[in-house]
Amino acid sequence: MKYVGKKIGTLIMTLFLVSAAAFLAFEIIPGDVVASILGTEATPEREEQLREELGFNDPPLVRYGKWVAGVFQGDFGVSYRYSKNMNEMMPVAELIGDKLPVTLWLAAISLVLIVVVSIPLGVLWAKSGNHLLDAALGVITQASMAVPSFFLGILVTWLFGILFRFFRPGGYVSYQENFPGFLGYLIFPAISIALPKVAMTARFLRNSMLTELGSDYVRTAYSKGCTKERVMYGHVLRNAMMPVVTFLGMIVAEIVAGSIVIEQVFSLPGIGRLLISSISTRDFPVVEILILYITFVVIFVYFLVDILYKVIDPRIS
Amino acid sequence: MKKAKNGKWNKYLTAGVIMTGLALFLGVLGFFWTPYSTTAMSAAEKFAPPSLRHPFGTDNFGRDIFSRVMQGMGTSILISTLVVFFSGAAGILLGALTGYFGGLVDEVVMRITDALNGFPSILLTLVIISLLGTGMQNVIISLGLVFVPSFVRIVRSEFIRLRDADYIRRARMMGVGNFRILFIHILPNIFSVFWVSVMIGFNNAILAESGMSYLGIGVQPPDASLGKMLSDAQGYLQTAPWYALAPGLTIVWVVLGFSLFSEGIRRR
Repeated sequence: MKYVGKKIGTLIMTLFLVSAAAFLAFEIIPGDVVASILGTEATPEREEQLREELGFNDPPLVRYGKWVAGVFQGDFGVSYRYSKNMNEMMPVAELIGDKLPVTLWLAAISLVLIVVVSIPLGVLWAKSGNHLLDAALGVITQASMAVPSFFLGILVTWLFGILFRFFRPGGYVSYQENFPGFLGYLIFPAISIALPKVAMTARFLRNSMLTELGSDYVRTAYSKGCTKERVMYGHVLRNAMMPVVTFLGMIVAEIVAGSIVIEQVFSLPGIGRLLISSISTRDFPVVEILILYITFVVIFVYFLVDILYKVIDPRIS
Repeated sequence: MKKAKNGKWNKYLTAGVIMTGLALFLGVLGFFWTPYSTTAMSAAEKFAPPSLRHPFGTDNFGRDIFSRVMQGMGTSILISTLVVFFSGAAGILLGALTGYFGGLVDEVVMRITDALNGFPSILLTLVIISLLGTGMQNVIISLGLVFVPSFVRIVRSEFIRLRDADYIRRARMMGVGNFRILFIHILPNIFSVFWVSVMIGFNNAILAESGMSYLGIGVQPPDASLGKMLSDAQGYLQTAPWYALAPGLTIVWVVLGFSLFSEGIRRR
């Protein structure tokens, strides 16, 4: 319990620091935002009015307080670039709302693919002393580290979309319209994210298992008459999974980051794509919230891994 | 070719040297000379498939892709070299001071690098780029900053390992100054470890730069870049797959060649 309490303390501390850093960074941005929003319609009075409206006249500490309070209530501020009607500014929350499920589903499918494929593959790799399999998987792991994720996405599009015609490139359907079709379209982006991670995770699990196979308890288990299968799945896999859990936690963080790029490749309207376009148009409230959001997800996943670790191995404190 | 110490042929090093050498040669050459002009358009030769005249074919404006790839590769290599140079230098300085002296500064620097190391580096890069704006110079600054923590870590742990070594104690006893101990006595001894991280850093910089340019937040035209070429080519995947394959495979070539090279050096 003390362990969990300590971890929650760290979690809150980190969240505070990250939000303060994000706010501070986007506070000191050069350039007058108000003038750029109003553009040619700028007059000193209107500029002053908008400045008051956006709260730019308050001292920084007050603004940070207001901003954090807003975030807690689901009020993420307004976008500088997107407008709702002609003269109403688009709330960031609304802008993000319907894009979030796309990214979350993409990340979820990728993670499932990674776990479902890499764990059996890693076990198989560790079990077989087959040199051919060793060499083949070794080459794939090496190659996957040299292929950048966006090029892999393009290769997947070319191979499965254009040569084999398994899906129509750019033929995205919204999840509100056709949910199965939406999931079907996400499969190939998810494969592009998962492929390199599958190779990495499988290799990691294999190395972890090979280390465990040399320990004393394996010899003891064999001498007590356990079958090879029982030793493998009952003893070795369980212990070998320990470091893999930490590794998968890091992988989740990378999936979230990787989806920023992959959404661009497959033109999926998720938050990654919004983030990139907001950076290009210097729409800072949107960038700020999205960076904060993604960082929170990553921190939270690390927190869950820490807790899970304790559950798997009670010795950890 | 190259022989390892045990007399066995080091095929990693050979392959790495050949691949990296060719990439470097063509990339550097691309700054001064390309077979065709990289901007000259030709309506007659639009989407010409790879041939002897145009080894990688031509693009949607009839420009020679091979020439453009040469230039883009040069840009990528230049950017990555500068990134690794600056962040490596900063890493040595910070790592040496924190590792050797320890204390409060060490605590603070390590907490920060720990925090930064945990995050996907793309997020930090995006924050810096959105603050600074796009362009070649800002890519170098942002990646340079993002890569510092990993170098600090490695240099610091090496300095901690060596700061109480016998020969350093001896030097201190003889009254050698701190500066001399840090950079004349310890630094040369960490280079074998430092090189490995430099090589990994270089590859990561190539991948990061091309990724940023692909997303449109990196190198901007008219500066050539492989990432931008890929994103331009994506729309023509059906009619001209070579347009996308050429820059993509070039990135793979550079990164793979360099990792084989570093693997070869490690095994020597």
